[in-house]
Amino acid sequence: MSEPIDTTNNPDARRPRTPWQLFWGRLRRRRFAMAGAWILVGLYGLALFAGFVAPGNHERQDRERFFHPPTLPRFQDWRLVVPRYEQTKGGPFVYKARTDDAKPVRFFVQGDPYKLFWFIPTTVHLFGTGEASHPVLLFGTDQFGRDIFSRILYGSQVSLSIGLVGIALSFSFGMLAGGAAGYFGGRTDTLIMRLCELIMSIPGLYLILSLRATFPPKLSSAHVYLLIVVILSFIGWASMARVIRGMALSLRERQFVLAARALGLPAWRIIVRHILPNTLSYVIVAATLSVPYYILGEVVLSYLSVGIQEPDASWGNMLTAAQNTEHLQSYPWLLAPGAAIFVTVLAFNFLGDGLRDAADTKSN
Amino acid sequence: MSLLQVQNLKVHFPVKHGLFSRVRAHVKAVDGVSLEVGPGETLGLVGESGCGKTTLGRAIIRLIEPTAGTVSFEGEEITRMDGAELRRRRRKFQMIFQDPYGSLNPRMTVGEIIGEAIDIHKLAADDDARDARVKELLLAVGLDPIHAQRYPHEFSGGQRQRIGIARALAVEPQLIVCDEPVSALDVSVQAQIINLLKDLQVQKGLAYLFIAHDLAVVEHISRRVAVMYLGKVVELAESRAVCREPKHPYTQALISAVPVVDPDSKRQRIVLPGDVPSPIDPPSGCPFHPRCPVAEARCKVELPALREVAPGHWAACHLAK
Repeated sequence: MSEPIDTTNNPDARRPRTPWQLFWGRLRRRRFAMAGAWILVGLYGLALFAGFVAPGNHERQDRERFFHPPTLPRFQDWRLVVPRYEQTKGGPFVYKARTDDAKPVRFFVQGDPYKLFWFIPTTVHLFGTGEASHPVLLFGTDQFGRDIFSRILYGSQVSLSIGLVGIALSFSFGMLAGGAAGYFGGRTDTLIMRLCELIMSIPGLYLILSLRATFPPKLSSAHVYLLIVVILSFIGWASMARVIRGMALSLRERQFVLAARALGLPAWRIIVRHILPNTLSYVIVAATLSVPYYILGEVVLSYLSVGIQEPDASWGNMLTAAQNTEHLQSYPWLLAPGAAIFVTVLAFNFLGDGLRDAADTKSN
Repeated sequence: MSLLQVQNLKVHFPVKHGLFSRVRAHVKAVDGVSLEVGPGETLGLVGESGCGKTTLGRAIIRLIEPTAGTVSFEGEEITRMDGAELRRRRRKFQMIFQDPYGSLNPRMTVGEIIGEAIDIHKLAADDDARDARVKELLLAVGLDPIHAQRYPHEFSGGQRQRIGIARALAVEPQLIVCDEPVSALDVSVQAQIINLLKDLQVQKGLAYLFIAHDLAVVEHISRRVAVMYLGKVVELAESRAVCREPKHPYTQALISAVPVVDPDSKRQRIVLPGDVPSPIDPPSGCPFHPRCPVAEARCKVELPALREVAPGHWAACHLAK
């Protein structure tokens, strides 16, 4: 019997860093990727606390303030104040600030009732004046007098989560399909791959619209949300499956997979435990880079009025209001949700690029 | 009764090309091999690269589907079993792989790798019993039980090979196919692993099919040795007999190529002309005849059968005596 190889009591034997630690170290050195990551943390945090951060309810219409311009709180007498705006008689929806009638901005004020985290009923908001006559309209209002800033926050709950849910759905299905195709090969492989090619060969937007057309046009927002996720995932899994299939083809010849087969593991367990975990470094990068596809998919569908229905907010259906060029010229703040989309997509791409570089050990 | 019985096993891989992927030819990787391994015995299998050793080893435990022939384990035909039956039986015959870096899943801890084998065949009553068994196995292969929480990349090649052995032992097999288990290791580590395998054989009554290309290693561990050339067994005998009095001209050439630590040695080195022929289109008659130093006219037309040229010494050569 040979002696146990003892490394445990040796003080000099430092544990080598795991591949994940090395990966993390490389990622942290990429400033753009980290900036993207922090922006995303901030955006998702805002979406989570949307009701609290938003000064008002996103569905509340103010008939006195259609197309109200953005109002930034000003410093006056050592505190932040918002003036009251009055419609001038000169033309429609032209507002003038009444500097003599201003109210201070307070924090943790009472306002519209909402449910924090969808189940705690409360009326406390992060900021506001506490009075309906002096609303804090950071991004102005839309054609129904609704606060765009509040709507962007509530809309982000839809637009930001749709990417994550879509990725979870399409990637888990794509990984399983690709894993099975690559591992089994032969007819299974041919069948799955031809199906993928069929889906990928049809132009995306037409496929999305025709799939959407098979369902009734007026559905509740919750149903539409599910429908959008399913439709986008139905198209999105194909490209994932193709790449995973290629990786599974090479992984199944690796000796640890042969060892698993020799041990008598069932095929599904070999795929799930041995093949798919070894594709994870690719999958994480690909997932980050494809989240914008889902966000933009929702935007397109909602913009074409077959997505999230009014009065519920999503970044896509908010942009529908900006369709009208006349409105756009007079009230450019209607494009604010576009800026939100831009920032989000950019942040995801920065993070995805950083993840890809960090995963590629050869680039260093 | 022998533990493992292989009869006339063939593995032919189709070579496809052309417009409709028509099968144009076959690579005859293993072409009619018969051998037996008794309980607790070690049969060595040697031959140069590409002679079909690894394919034979994998076909025996049905990691590759054989084209023809039968493999029986304890009298039961493995080659006839269906998927579920085969998976249950797999715990009786295991494999140790050549590449210590590729044979362990990099995403699993050592404990998970060994524990999975125990779980899948329900060899432990609960998680605690399984963890205890994993520790026991790590000790048995000369590792520290604390290593169960570590990942494969934290180990050296020799240590990883020990983990691979522990995984194979976890299901309490009777036969282990060792596919060049030491050829990727340092010479000093090779000796440790071979001694470990020998110790385990004595303790657990294991039988080995030991595949290698290093005759010295095979002679050290095996009782009998089979020599393969181009998918066929050309000589099969006691390891001492193969090394001291090889009967087949190919084996004679192999033995003469083993380096000897004696500068004054006047041994005659047999250098074979040419290369190993393609297994897609093997030569007619004896597959060795184009390179054989003593080939005759009939070697070109008549395939020599494996015959007993001396008691317990088999060779596939018309001229062997």
